Amino acid sequence: MKSLKFILVGFIFGIVLTKSEAVSWYRIYEMFQFQSFHMFGIIMVAIATGTVGLQIIKRNQIKSSNGKPIEIADKEKGSFRYWIGGLFFGLGWALVGACPGPIFILLGAGFLPVIFVLFGALLGTFLYGLIKDKLPH
Amino acid sequence: MDFLYHTWHWSVAGFLIALIMLSLNYFGKVFGMSSNLRTLCTLAGADKCADFFKFDTKSQYWNLLVVLGAMLGGFVAVHFLSDPSNVMLNPETIKQLATMGIDAPNGKLLPNALFGNEVFQSPKMIFILVVGGLLIGFGSRYAGGCTSGHAIAGMSNLQRQSLKAVIGFFVGGLIMSHFILPLIF
Repeated sequence: MKSLKFILVGFIFGIVLTKSEAVSWYRIYEMFQFQSFHMFGIIMVAIATGTVGLQIIKRNQIKSSNGKPIEIADKEKGSFRYWIGGLFFGLGWALVGACPGPIFILLGAGFLPVIFVLFGALLGTFLYGLIKDKLPH
Repeated sequence: MDFLYHTWHWSVAGFLIALIMLSLNYFGKVFGMSSNLRTLCTLAGADKCADFFKFDTKSQYWNLLVVLGAMLGGFVAVHFLSDPSNVMLNPETIKQLATMGIDAPNGKLLPNALFGNEVFQSPKMIFILVVGGLLIGFGSRYAGGCTSGHAIAGMSNLQRQSLKAVIGFFVGGLIMSHFILPLIF
């Protein structure tokens, strides 16, 4: 049961991202060309709904399913890592049209060449872990 | 049930994505897909090379289960819920893609030019896909999150750092889409 709920959440996530075409290279290209509102709409509605939801959780001090208070850690202070890391990420996102969630979703859907993207993403993560201490954050 | 097969409206998708994040919060977890890349590196033995990968992977198993579910969801959506009316792009976009030699969707999620099986015979395309992945993996760990962790979860939690990362995402994306993609294709 404990595992099943996470698989179920993931399952819905996979269906929503596929059926809204947020996993589509075409939709990402169209977004960065400002030729459709579709992707902007998805992201903005998600943020708006999420903001309201988190405020409700915080103001009513809603407890999590295991009875503990729901705490969401603040992001670490800093600027450089967010600007520059974000820039790298954006370059990759617009090139292969997939962010980490969609990489997995597309692989599951059977688009085999996405394996190269996953390989690159693991390599990039590994590279970051190797040189992390030498990078400005 | 026809609506399940058509392209889901952005408002429905955005709302559901937020509910997915909130349900993970309710289960005492946080929404973030790129963390799984780090977990997979550790499981592959990267903890022997760098301290960054030394952590208890058991604490992240739940997230790998989300990944497993997402893969199943992708499979079901593509194989059982697809329709030729899907991925209806702006005609302007299709024209632009044609000048770069990229095929129109006609219901497909991904262009054959980048993700068709002929890619396996093209060292250039394999290189491009690996480099794209590299930028995503490196960038998301450097920035401490990706579209889910920063753009959705971080922004919903009103994190200034996430706003910086999201601006970074878009600056990088615009540079790629407008200046580098036309050079590649």
